[in-house]
Amino acid sequence: MSANTEIMSRAEVDLREIAGDVVARAMNGGATAADAIVREATEFSTVVRMGEVETLKEAGSRGVGLRVFQGKRAASTYSSDFSAEGIERLVKGALDLVRVTSEDPFAGLPDADVVGSLPGDLKLYYNDVYSLPPEDRIDYARRAEQAARDEDPRIKNSEGGGFDATTGRKVLVNSLGFVGDYQRSYCSITAVPIAQDEKGGMQRDYWYSAARSLARLESPESVGREAARRTVRRLGGRKVPSTKVPIVLDRTIASSVLGCIFEAASGDSIYRQSSFLVGKLGEKIGGENITVVDDGTMPGGFGTTPFDGEGVPTRKTIVIEKGVLKSYLLNTYTARKLGLQTTGNAARGLAGNPGIGSGNFYLQPGPHSQQQIIAEIKRGFFVTEFLGFGVNLVTGDFSRGATGIWIEDGELTFPVEEVTIAGNLKEMLNNISEIGSDLEFRSSTACPTLRIDGMTLAGE
Amino acid sequence: MTQNQSLFFQKFGITPNDLQRYLAEALSAGGEYADLYFEYLTSTSISVDEGMVKSASQGISAGCGVRVLAGERTGYAHTDDLAPEKILRAARTAALIARGPGQQPIQGFKDTPVHQLYQVSSPSADADIAAKLELVMRADRAARAYDPRIVQVRGGYADELRQILVIGSDGTFASDLQPMARFSVVCIAKDGDNSARGQAGGGGRVGLDFFNSEKTPEYFAQDASRQAIIQLDAREAPAGEMEVVLGPGWPGILLHEAIGHGLEADFNRKGTSAFSGLIGKRVASEKCTVVDNGTLPSRRGSINVDDEGSPTQNTVLIEKGILKGYLSDKLSSKLMGLPDTGNGRRESYEHIPMPRMTNTYMLAGDEAPEDIIRSVHRGVYAVNFGGGQVDITSGKFVFSASEAYMIENGQITAPLKNCTLIGNGPDALTKVSMVGNDLQLDEGVGTCGKDGQSVPVGVGIPTIKLDKMTVGGTAS
Repeated sequence: MSANTEIMSRAEVDLREIAGDVVARAMNGGATAADAIVREATEFSTVVRMGEVETLKEAGSRGVGLRVFQGKRAASTYSSDFSAEGIERLVKGALDLVRVTSEDPFAGLPDADVVGSLPGDLKLYYNDVYSLPPEDRIDYARRAEQAARDEDPRIKNSEGGGFDATTGRKVLVNSLGFVGDYQRSYCSITAVPIAQDEKGGMQRDYWYSAARSLARLESPESVGREAARRTVRRLGGRKVPSTKVPIVLDRTIASSVLGCIFEAASGDSIYRQSSFLVGKLGEKIGGENITVVDDGTMPGGFGTTPFDGEGVPTRKTIVIEKGVLKSYLLNTYTARKLGLQTTGNAARGLAGNPGIGSGNFYLQPGPHSQQQIIAEIKRGFFVTEFLGFGVNLVTGDFSRGATGIWIEDGELTFPVEEVTIAGNLKEMLNNISEIGSDLEFRSSTACPTLRIDGMTLAGE
Repeated sequence: MTQNQSLFFQKFGITPNDLQRYLAEALSAGGEYADLYFEYLTSTSISVDEGMVKSASQGISAGCGVRVLAGERTGYAHTDDLAPEKILRAARTAALIARGPGQQPIQGFKDTPVHQLYQVSSPSADADIAAKLELVMRADRAARAYDPRIVQVRGGYADELRQILVIGSDGTFASDLQPMARFSVVCIAKDGDNSARGQAGGGGRVGLDFFNSEKTPEYFAQDASRQAIIQLDAREAPAGEMEVVLGPGWPGILLHEAIGHGLEADFNRKGTSAFSGLIGKRVASEKCTVVDNGTLPSRRGSINVDDEGSPTQNTVLIEKGILKGYLSDKLSSKLMGLPDTGNGRRESYEHIPMPRMTNTYMLAGDEAPEDIIRSVHRGVYAVNFGGGQVDITSGKFVFSASEAYMIENGQITAPLKNCTLIGNGPDALTKVSMVGNDLQLDEGVGTCGKDGQSVPVGVGIPTIKLDKMTVGGTAS
């Protein structure tokens, strides 16, 4: 029973104090360096299906993660137990574990002179995400679904409309004296309608709007209508014969390819020789038209934070400039391994060593609209969804299931499904012949419409 | 009272009286059913990278999820704080899904009889960290010794021990102590400018001794190295429809993607699955019998009871090509009038349970695997896969081959670069013309994702031939 009373008395203690206390205990226990992260989050989500509430979920959660160093050895522990006993176990566990790991000359906290936090209001937190009364939150989800069902008589079923809101706070403290914290909010509306044609064939698609503030969300109706439009255009999809044609990637799909470039340029992939971009720094790896940027500083961005997972301020990094690979994305460890400087891209979960995470990662837009790009194509394939994850970053080989619409004489014609598109990322980067003007951040990775030539479509 | 119930009763001071009180609160707004899911999870992971143990971590996560059902509605709330007032608050929040007069929870809890599927003398979680560390170091040494072209090796070992207690207002009173261990090795081979990757791993609900006796670090390391070296010489995969032979074991992911997800009861209850309304219809050739079996000893996808406290079962999904049944949880079985097959699973106390697979596999046929290969004029022989995905509604599914070969004139020839295979769930298995006598289950690496929730699963298949499938390569 003692654990319960301690949990209660700790509940209101400032998260900064908890993180600071954990680091101090680790240092007193014999660590030569340490950092601690404390996370706290609340979430609300609801799904309305066929007009009726299907799920309603509400919760809060907390966690603490500790990383300790003894000289050049590292270990970590994490817990959801904030009782005195739980914290003691967390610290003792890490100090026990660090005795068995290996000496790694590159291990350690960031250099003291690079830690810090971006000044000013980054516009990451708006308490309006919880301002709606519960009935109105449910109504947002209901309205999104209803708009999808009203949009087209072929929308006959639905996986529902949804409304989600979350807020979270993160505190990071390290033994160099860094203390930082930030709060973020997020809310979203989704709609997942199902369309059915006269033969009984069914198709599902979705659309969503997400924002840090309720005031910036698109209306539930516009989300529902777009979801319906995306769903009904898939009805009657068929296979086409295998061929090589220009491929146009809708921007949501293009973002997924850009995500592969992020992974390939991340320091972990590079030092482990697990990327087709190993050894390419300063070399031309794509067309003149390709410029890719990672920017963790954009106010209000989905990928924005004042500091990274190690307490290094985030920054703007040009990754590819006019086709030339300018920078990898690095944390302290991978930078030291590669003889470079951290780019403030450390991603820190509660457990383990920091990995690499993106800020707002995007490909710079080009001059033409999606419609103009499609209009220039005699025969081609407009891809609206990928299925599967068939990407090998070591070789760059790329082969994924695809759904979309056939392009004939510059017009979108009939829907296509059950085909794959394949190529190699090294060649794809050189064969992006058109970039759309339609860059838009719906998540932390964003890419305009892309036209890629030379890929193989496999079908019948 | 079992050891594991006593954890929640002793460490967290929960009493049977408290449980009644929480359920009463959960049903106070008229819900028809409520359950409490207590979870205490400890986990350890170690990795070796470049010959060094760079990372070791241990963690604890504990909490309670409260669910209330009212018709088709689900209310859910969870807390990581097991103090009585926090659980009561979660119960009150979840209760609000219903509107009506409060129901009384039942008075007597019935102990759920459980399987004993984990024959683990002492769970890995209790083993000495030094012993786990030695395992990953052995993998590193074995991979490097395999071939001088292996330039990078990453070995990982992870285990967990999950203690659960599920209390339901229908009298459910079930607990389980679920061990899990998993080993993985990733290798990079380099030859001049040419690089390739190989990956292997396995485990299950086993103790540390499993990795010293049955599947050793050397076994996984050599398999990962072998794949990486073979990939150095891989040529472009063909594009288009052709005959496809799947090797035994992990290629059973075909069943998981092509039919398993489509047979989860929730999709069928809502009419959103391509398999909706196909019970009793032919969905596979008569050579195909497919089951989902949560009761196989020690397997990664096995559990004594599911996360709603129901015992797991061996459920026939397809019998000689005819669709027989769905995978169900409590909610779908009640709403659809189907038996509960014990497939209600969840990632953690933070998640709402739903119908999920356990170990999904095809029963053996009678063909010799060599005869199956010999029967192919020009096709692909796929033996290892990275992963797969399915669109439940259209039925289209993919799975990506990480180790595959050309078959030309009945002979296995060149290794192929990674390629994706794509098909349509309700008719893919109708093209199965040969089924081997060599059923194998996978090594124990599968994790299935659905609605953002991950759960461990198993798959299995004998060598089979599909007469036609689209191979997503680049060569014509």
